[in-house]
Amino acid sequence: MAVIKLKELSEKEDRLTGGHRMCAGCGAPIVVRQMLLAIDEPVVIANATGCLEVATTIYPYTAWKMPWIHSAFENAAATIAGVESMYRSLKQQKKLPVDKDIKFIAFGGDGGTYDIGLQSLSGALERGHNFMYVCYDNGAYMNTGIQRSSSTPFGADTTTSPAGKAIPGKQQNRKDLTKICVAHNIPYAAQASPHNWKDLMEKTRKAMSLEGAKFMNVIAPCNRGWRTQTNDAIMLSKLAVNTCFWPLYEVEYGVTTVNYAPKKNRRPIVEWLKPQGRFKHLFKPGNEWMLAKFQEYVDDQWRAVVKLHNEAHPADQIDPEEGKTW
Amino acid sequence: MPKKVAMTGNVAVANAMRQINPDVCAAYPITPSTEIVQQFSNFVADGIVDTVLVTVESEHSAMSACIGACAAGGRVMNATSANGLALMWEMLYIASGNRLPIILSCVNRALSAPINIHGDHSDSMGARDSGWIQLYAENAQEAYDNTIMAPRIGEHFDVRLPVMSCMDGFIISHSIENIELLDDKQVKDFIGPYKSNVPTLLDINNPVTMGALHLQDYYIESKRQQHEAMKKAKKVVIDVGKEYGKFSGRTYGLFEEYKLKDADIALVVLNSAAGTAKVVVDELRKQGIKAGLLKPRLFRPFPYLEVANALKNCTAVCVMDRADSFGGAGGPLFTEVRSALYDLPARPLMINKIYGLGGRDLGLEDVRKVYRELVKLAESGKAAKLYEYITVRD
Repeated sequence: MAVIKLKELSEKEDRLTGGHRMCAGCGAPIVVRQMLLAIDEPVVIANATGCLEVATTIYPYTAWKMPWIHSAFENAAATIAGVESMYRSLKQQKKLPVDKDIKFIAFGGDGGTYDIGLQSLSGALERGHNFMYVCYDNGAYMNTGIQRSSSTPFGADTTTSPAGKAIPGKQQNRKDLTKICVAHNIPYAAQASPHNWKDLMEKTRKAMSLEGAKFMNVIAPCNRGWRTQTNDAIMLSKLAVNTCFWPLYEVEYGVTTVNYAPKKNRRPIVEWLKPQGRFKHLFKPGNEWMLAKFQEYVDDQWRAVVKLHNEAHPADQIDPEEGKTW
Repeated sequence: MPKKVAMTGNVAVANAMRQINPDVCAAYPITPSTEIVQQFSNFVADGIVDTVLVTVESEHSAMSACIGACAAGGRVMNATSANGLALMWEMLYIASGNRLPIILSCVNRALSAPINIHGDHSDSMGARDSGWIQLYAENAQEAYDNTIMAPRIGEHFDVRLPVMSCMDGFIISHSIENIELLDDKQVKDFIGPYKSNVPTLLDINNPVTMGALHLQDYYIESKRQQHEAMKKAKKVVIDVGKEYGKFSGRTYGLFEEYKLKDADIALVVLNSAAGTAKVVVDELRKQGIKAGLLKPRLFRPFPYLEVANALKNCTAVCVMDRADSFGGAGGPLFTEVRSALYDLPARPLMINKIYGLGGRDLGLEDVRKVYRELVKLAESGKAAKLYEYITVRD
């Protein structure tokens, strides 16, 4: 695989144009543009219903300079599976309109992926279609107005898990979707973040070079839902990684590799929670247990993924507690 | 050369699919349509067809994959029944709204609850407003013929709409009948290669955005186009039916009229029950009673002008529905037919019977009773009941 060079990227055309109507400061289009920049081949996209779909294709306009389809909310994986199946069929029959190697990607938010689209995703991964599913994870149903999803972090104040007098926000931890996808024994599954563009783009390129079903879960801060500033997306995605809330790792043919381990700069989870209005109530007197519980969850998750890395890489051991100074 | 064979309705449809040789088939098993895809899987496994078979994890994904595949630019087929069709509901509208000529074989079965596996029309009647062309078949031969005509109708550039080809679960799907299979080459020549009049997803030199958001400023125009396309489908159905008749010897129109020309009383009934009713019509004719039958073939678009014209000389008409429209002014077929007759200067008297739900048998005596009631109605001019269940315990 060719090394990704900034100069080359700067000369490539964006496949998702400016002028789309995503909110200012939204993480999702940053993720999409970075990923598409990393791919040289033609790409066909299926998009689940959600912010990315709604805001980029308000008829008669489209922000996509590539073939793109939206059919419904819960079925981006099944839709792209159909497209990819037709590609295979026409290729075998030598009936393709353009005889080129084409790549297939489905984009969905966490609502369309962790929740309503999970069955369709699981089916497409199991059948091994040659495609990549990308979840841009902003941790709630942002398009419909910030309702909790199974990706919403513990404690978060959403419009369907409000921080009330009796119940202080969402009471459950997140579903670990990346692990669920790994359990399908697909060639490649990874977590990435837009602040680390090199890691995100290298993972995209690696995924696209492998035959079969691939999955990438990419954190995509939403300033409307997270109750933050419009210039916070990159800072918050970086903090999500440095607090170990969102570990950067990949699982290639069953081998887990942690791509980045914060050493001197590992931060306590409160540093990621504090700037976000959705966690404001966690800092009120009496809710200290919530902060403690959140930190405990993050530590457990981090140790678990590091353990898998250490088992797979005897010569490259990571100390999960390194840099933990609080 | 066409050949006479004995096969079930399901196997006949599977053979039509083999001869059509679709590029992609995405399906999920459900009784009583399962056997179609099961048979077709053998054709795929043995390399008899070029089809990529996508064995999805649900009917919702089956129709979603069909949508993706058809949008990618090829011929796509699928089969289902009852709850399977119900699970596809959302996607049925999206298939037609995106003007994708997908072919679906619907083996009619009752919708739950209570759960039941036998034939009635609650599944396809529930989908009557989903923008799909709907064809109905009395027997395995018609189911086979309709399946072969379906791509020519749906893919026509004036139409570009999905087509649902229906037959009765078990009564037709699982009964062995003598039918005539066309020669493979006849079918291939008749349907021709798949063509699209819009860019497809795999046409990477002409990138297309499909399924864009249409708000108040464009949605209704999109629906209007769909409306016009559906209207144009009627002529295409007639033309394709005629062309099919030229080489198969079986010409198809919008509906079948059985001894209807001079009939005083008539039944309107879909699918296999029409076969039972024809036997009774013959009996009554021998007794000197001018009984007739209208068996709709095309239910969407509903050929209301032609139906009104065919029934205009009848004194009394009974529409038989194998599905209820709970709380409506009659079953779904009844309300269509009754509405179609409204503009006639002199309208026939009309009644509606809901029969055979969940596969309850409709016997000759049940049909005789209905015709006897029509005789009385024609004489008295007064219906005892506009709308009632028959073949039911009281």
